[in-house]
Amino acid sequence: MAASADLLEKPEASKEADEPRTIEPGLATADRVFHHSARAVAMVVLALTASIGLFLGYQSIPTLRHYGLKFLTESQWQPHLNILGLSAVLTGTVEVALIALVVGFPLALLTALYISEYSPQRLRPTLVALLDLMAGVPSIVFGLWAYFLLEPRAIYVARWLSEYLGWIPIFKVDFDTHAAFLGSVLNSHYGASALIAGLAVATMVIPLACSVMRSVFSQAPLGEREGAMALGGSRWGVIRAVVLPFGRRGIIGGTMLGLGRALGETVAVLLIISIAFDVKYKVLTTGAITTSALIANSFGEATGAQLSALLAAGFVLFLMTLAINTLAAVFVNRSRSGAGTDA
Amino acid sequence: MSIAAPPKGTALAPGAGVQAHLEAVNVSAWFGSKKVLDRVCLSMPETTVTALIGPSGCGKSTFIRILNRMHETIASAKMAGEVRLNGEDIYAPGRKVTETRRRIGMVFQKPNPFPAMSITDNVTAGLKLTGVRVHGEAKEQLVEQCLTRAGLWKEVRDRLDQPGSALSGGQQQRLCIARSLAVDPDVLLMDEPCSALDPTSTRRIEETIGELAQAMTIVIVTHNMQQAVRVSQQCAFFLAEEGRPGVIVESDSTEKVFGDPVDPRTRDYVNGRFG
Repeated sequence: MAASADLLEKPEASKEADEPRTIEPGLATADRVFHHSARAVAMVVLALTASIGLFLGYQSIPTLRHYGLKFLTESQWQPHLNILGLSAVLTGTVEVALIALVVGFPLALLTALYISEYSPQRLRPTLVALLDLMAGVPSIVFGLWAYFLLEPRAIYVARWLSEYLGWIPIFKVDFDTHAAFLGSVLNSHYGASALIAGLAVATMVIPLACSVMRSVFSQAPLGEREGAMALGGSRWGVIRAVVLPFGRRGIIGGTMLGLGRALGETVAVLLIISIAFDVKYKVLTTGAITTSALIANSFGEATGAQLSALLAAGFVLFLMTLAINTLAAVFVNRSRSGAGTDA
Repeated sequence: MSIAAPPKGTALAPGAGVQAHLEAVNVSAWFGSKKVLDRVCLSMPETTVTALIGPSGCGKSTFIRILNRMHETIASAKMAGEVRLNGEDIYAPGRKVTETRRRIGMVFQKPNPFPAMSITDNVTAGLKLTGVRVHGEAKEQLVEQCLTRAGLWKEVRDRLDQPGSALSGGQQQRLCIARSLAVDPDVLLMDEPCSALDPTSTRRIEETIGELAQAMTIVIVTHNMQQAVRVSQQCAFFLAEEGRPGVIVESDSTEKVFGDPVDPRTRDYVNGRFG
């Protein structure tokens, strides 16, 4: 048959109704191997998380059965009197984490904006490296620094707060604001407080949150940045119109990562606070306790019932972190972010 | 701080812009130590469309970015010479770069609407960026005016609340034009505005350019010869010969450059013999 005739020949449309046909993925062997091994590894990670939750939950059953709801409302932790409760511990945990976040969030955000938007180009790589280094410093180092350097100075901040902002309930103190230094800094009523523990944790949260925020800010699309500049926008204008909307995921993600660290931070808090099982909102005064500090402090001599109670405390902390991260994920997914549309 | 919207008919009414004459005098440019433009002079008169043509890498984009001080946003970029807007050097010390960029708007090769903002907010983004607040009816009017001038109003009037990123490429580019118009620039620079678009969208934008040119100065970089002929009244041919910085080989009325060019290199290029 001639070539021209071939071209003219048309396949005939079928008379029957058509149905969607199944299409096999047709993956290459390498793809299939990688697909399955990657999935296996991912499953292990998920299984680990789930098993932690299940283990803690299972271990805390005896405690919850024994103390019931009182386990959450009782403030004292006195195993020898058979009084165990988490209310003071949870309050302290939330207080320290919130202080760390309130202090750390604005500093982290501004630092990240400075590094990604304002810092001189030549200095930038050094600043980024320093920041990432800070994020990796072990918390005991921060703890020692906070104990020896921060605390003796922070008590004056605390005194200032109580003197001038004492009308705000959380900054109120029960003693004469000035008479709170009994001879030496170490005897100050302002020392070893939730505020100072929170400040110490803030110094750890800042580099972590800042590092995440900065890396997202620096990915804000050049096209959009230029668009904002070409409209007559200042650098601040570019930040507001492009960098912050694009970086919203990074801001939330970094903050949540920071909050996670703040909730779980143990050793620095333990170094600074003097343990007191009171449900109190006066964050300037000596004495506080957090969940992780309680576990670390009591774990060594814990046996039987008390061990189960500590595991129950751990379980509550686990649930808190899980709830916060889930909330954050929901919020991030709902918010419209520039990330992903690359222009 | 909120600044009250000026009354209609002054700074906010698009199209009422000052007639602006843009002039480049001995403009050179470098990236690091590499010189990419050598003493380029070009006059871009008011209500005229000036097309910049030439092969890739000849410095057209660098030149147009120098015209509204976008060049200096690149770390290693340097420039020399003057760019005069109605006789005043936009690089003169003490001149605010933000004000210069507001008066000399720019549309980029790749449409770059703000994806997280609605269509309305995209149009008024420039006002927010320059500290001007508009509300209510004035805002609605401005949005309609700008979108109409950019030839997009009919297509989006029912969905002004949708994000800018939901539009097609051609619509996004017209949204970017509308956004530029909202701050009432005297000059509009367009760096290959149609190179990422389909023929229909390209035609719409060319129509838009024709309408805008009645009230403002337009400079457009294009790789499309036919487009240069269709939209421009004058034309500058840029060329960077092997290892040398870009220069303007020839600039004249579009008719002359395409119909009867003086330089043989111009003739070869506009007839599609190279580049």
